[in-house]
Amino acid sequence: MFAIYKKEMRSYFISPIGYIFVGVFLAVSAYLCCTHTIGARSYATGMYFQQLLLTFIILIPLLTMRLFAEEKKLRTEQLLLTAPVSIWGMVLGKFLAAVTLFVSCVLVSCVNFIPLYVYAARERGADTSVKLYEMGPATGEIIACVLGVILVGIAFIAIGMFISSLTENQLSSAVVTIVVLAIMLLLDMAKKQIQNPVINFITHWVSVMSRFTNFMHGLFDYAALLYYISIAGVFLLLTVRVYDKRRWG
Amino acid sequence: MIKIEHLVKNYGSTCAVDDISFEVKKGEIVGLLGPNGAGKSTTMNILTGYLSSTSGKVSIAGYDVLDHPLEIKKHVGYLPEQPPLYLDMTVEEYLNFNYDLKGCKLNRKKHLQEICEVVKLKDVYKRLIRNLSKGYRQRVGIAQALIGSPEVIIFDEPTVGLDPKQIIEVRNLLRNLGKDHTVILSTHILQEVQAVCDRIVIINKGKIVADELTENITRAVENNRRFMVKICGPQKEVLNMLRSRPGIVYAEVLAQRDGDAYCYNIESEVGIDIRKSLFYALAEKNWPLIGLEALGMNLEDVFIAIVDQSSGSKTRYEKNDRKASKNNRSDAELDFAKNAVESAKQKRGGEFSALFGEDEEDK
Repeated sequence: MFAIYKKEMRSYFISPIGYIFVGVFLAVSAYLCCTHTIGARSYATGMYFQQLLLTFIILIPLLTMRLFAEEKKLRTEQLLLTAPVSIWGMVLGKFLAAVTLFVSCVLVSCVNFIPLYVYAARERGADTSVKLYEMGPATGEIIACVLGVILVGIAFIAIGMFISSLTENQLSSAVVTIVVLAIMLLLDMAKKQIQNPVINFITHWVSVMSRFTNFMHGLFDYAALLYYISIAGVFLLLTVRVYDKRRWG
Repeated sequence: MIKIEHLVKNYGSTCAVDDISFEVKKGEIVGLLGPNGAGKSTTMNILTGYLSSTSGKVSIAGYDVLDHPLEIKKHVGYLPEQPPLYLDMTVEEYLNFNYDLKGCKLNRKKHLQEICEVVKLKDVYKRLIRNLSKGYRQRVGIAQALIGSPEVIIFDEPTVGLDPKQIIEVRNLLRNLGKDHTVILSTHILQEVQAVCDRIVIINKGKIVADELTENITRAVENNRRFMVKICGPQKEVLNMLRSRPGIVYAEVLAQRDGDAYCYNIESEVGIDIRKSLFYALAEKNWPLIGLEALGMNLEDVFIAIVDQSSGSKTRYEKNDRKASKNNRSDAELDFAKNAVESAKQKRGGEFSALFGEDEEDK
């Protein structure tokens, strides 16, 4: 499993894909952060995180599209499947590689908040009786949101990976992933247009965004944690099943 | 070492492998020979755990493929039909990746160096696989299969796409490997298995049609007495004369012509050399013999020869006997023989007709 992990990490950075992902992620997150906080003269970061989630529609497929599609196209999956590595090992190796790259990007993008603290410190001036977190950006909220974003990303990576395992064409893998992720994120918007309570309940349940709101309020929502982890787990399992089934087909 | 019992593999409604059983002993080199689509690759994929069988039992080194897939995979090195190469890696990176992937415990540097020496990869060790020629890529694939020095090595058509010099090198390599590994290789080239293997298993349409030591197959092949002759003379009379001559069991006219000479395919009875007598007979009639060429065998011919050898009939093309002998064969064999006769009619005379793989693809 570790060999596959290493190989995937490496292949992100010998092709442009890894650099594109890191570059676009950091640039877009910096831009969004600026417009929603400093640009809007506000310390509230909720909007920033919400918009960041929307960029995942495009960014996550970059990470996942080639994971299995390319192996299938080059027939290298035969190598992995006849090596002494279990299918779970193979799937997890790839999954963890994508997650590593994604999580490190999210963590690095936290430097975006440094200017906020600098501003807050300057605004406070010499008056140390006011605690920084009381008037500046809400640190608890930021931590909860970062965790939330990471969880959503992990769930999305699992979904993208599953879609990649279904096709041998990177492009179609990417397009399908974009569509699926877009539906999952934008369901929340559709919800506002629909009055039917049953459909509303369903969309609320499925929607990724509605579960994210608690994080935006600085709450660490265990139900949401379970929800995102379950999505990831289910799609990892499905990916393994795709390979299992191919063997028996 | 390897034991296959009643192996069946269905892809949906098509049956790729139909009740195959054979055993391979330790240190043996076995060739799976068969036309395209015979089920060779499927059998190999099942052996390596890439595919699962529909029914039947496969065990390697005492481990069942289904119950202990990881154990099996540790014991097997596999080169699939298309070498599974990551084009964006250098040879060095690729081999190191495989070393990690297989959890190899041998000394990394020394082991990889040895392998590179064996398959002659030293010159391209630092180059990207993408930029390597087909022959080198095949060698990288072979090197990959050798990593970890597995007890069983399985090669699926290892010489496809290589130039003649490389083919000879790979064959020598396979023979050397056979000294301390158990090797199974598949091919549709008879010479290859003859040159390399101790034993030949011939597969057709998912069934084993022959499982013989190489010597026996070679003997069957040598018994072939088939020639193409070019004779100047009236076509019909020459043909009648050829057909009526003792020692000739079969004669036919080919569409091919050489100046004013017609070309004929003839086949002699086993153990009789008809060439001299034919020459004198033709000279007597004043029909010059301007060409006589022994024809190589293709897979179909070999198959017929083997079936004939085992059933004892020697006059396979004689019209009267043909039906009778066919009735003794199973359906699959019958089809095969029928195809063989038809395609043989079209194909005789090619310089490379012995390399029936190429013929097969031309069809």
